[in-house]
Amino acid sequence: MSNKLINWFRYASPQTFYPLAGRMIPWFWGLAAIFGVAGLGIGFLLAPTDAQQGEGYRIIFLHVPASWMSMFIYLVMAFWAATGLAFNTRLSGMMASALAPTGALFAFLSLWTGALWGKPMWGTWWVWDARLTSELILLFLYIGFIALQAAIDDPRRADKAGAILALVGVVNIPIIYFSVKWWNTLHQGASVSLTKAPSMAAMMLWGMLLCALACWMYSIAVALMRVRVIMLERERHTDWVRALLAGRE
Amino acid sequence: MIHWNSLAEFLAMGRHGPYVWGSLLVMALLMVAEPMLLLQGRKRLIARLRRQYRAEAAERGQAAAGGRSTANGSND
Repeated sequence: MSNKLINWFRYASPQTFYPLAGRMIPWFWGLAAIFGVAGLGIGFLLAPTDAQQGEGYRIIFLHVPASWMSMFIYLVMAFWAATGLAFNTRLSGMMASALAPTGALFAFLSLWTGALWGKPMWGTWWVWDARLTSELILLFLYIGFIALQAAIDDPRRADKAGAILALVGVVNIPIIYFSVKWWNTLHQGASVSLTKAPSMAAMMLWGMLLCALACWMYSIAVALMRVRVIMLERERHTDWVRALLAGRE
Repeated sequence: MIHWNSLAEFLAMGRHGPYVWGSLLVMALLMVAEPMLLLQGRKRLIARLRRQYRAEAAERGQAAAGGRSTANGSND
């Protein structure tokens, strides 16, 4: 096995990763709480009223982090899927499976908060434009990934099938991201981008970034929790799980 | 420093209250529910596996005592 050749691969073994993940989870929960309180505090208590949108714009502190996470989690999921296909490491498939439900959650929240934002600002809950439709497709990709994996009994085959779906679906991510540039859409352009200064007040920007960080920490904590459950389930015939459950945990 | 003059003003969100609070409420609910469901699922899985291990140990005990031989492992 490659375990002996490269030390890094040691952490790709569920047996080693399980306790490590367990120790990391409380830290990520703590950070999520701190960033969340700070971000929501700034966003909902301190940030000024938006000149155009009034107070309703405050949905941005929920909508943008949820949308970012829905896209980013998909990229991470596709990365693990590709790693699993390339190196056939057990952990990779488990990571991809652990991320999918959280990604789906954020895709749903992006659409939900988007609808509640769209109604007062655009006068409609939903339009079939490029940004909204491609985000809806992202939600369907997550659901498809979860359903496909659930439909295949053998976990290794489920991982492979899921990985291929995840990799094919990754084409949707740049489509979502650039949709506001490529097509005419009701959705506004990016308020924050890597190439130019953000087009919003500093207080709003900080609130949004802190909320986004909170969602990051939340996603990591939840994904680690879920990957530990998946590990126990999949490795239930191994000695380390038997020994672990024979203990008091 | 605080932007609002009163709690009522804060709750009203400039007549966008239902939209803003509807977003926050659903997001908070789901982000609390997800880890709770995970913890619950984890508890259930651990209980199931422990039961399964005990049953297997008992089966092995029976087999060793001269009972019928059983398939190794469970396919549950």
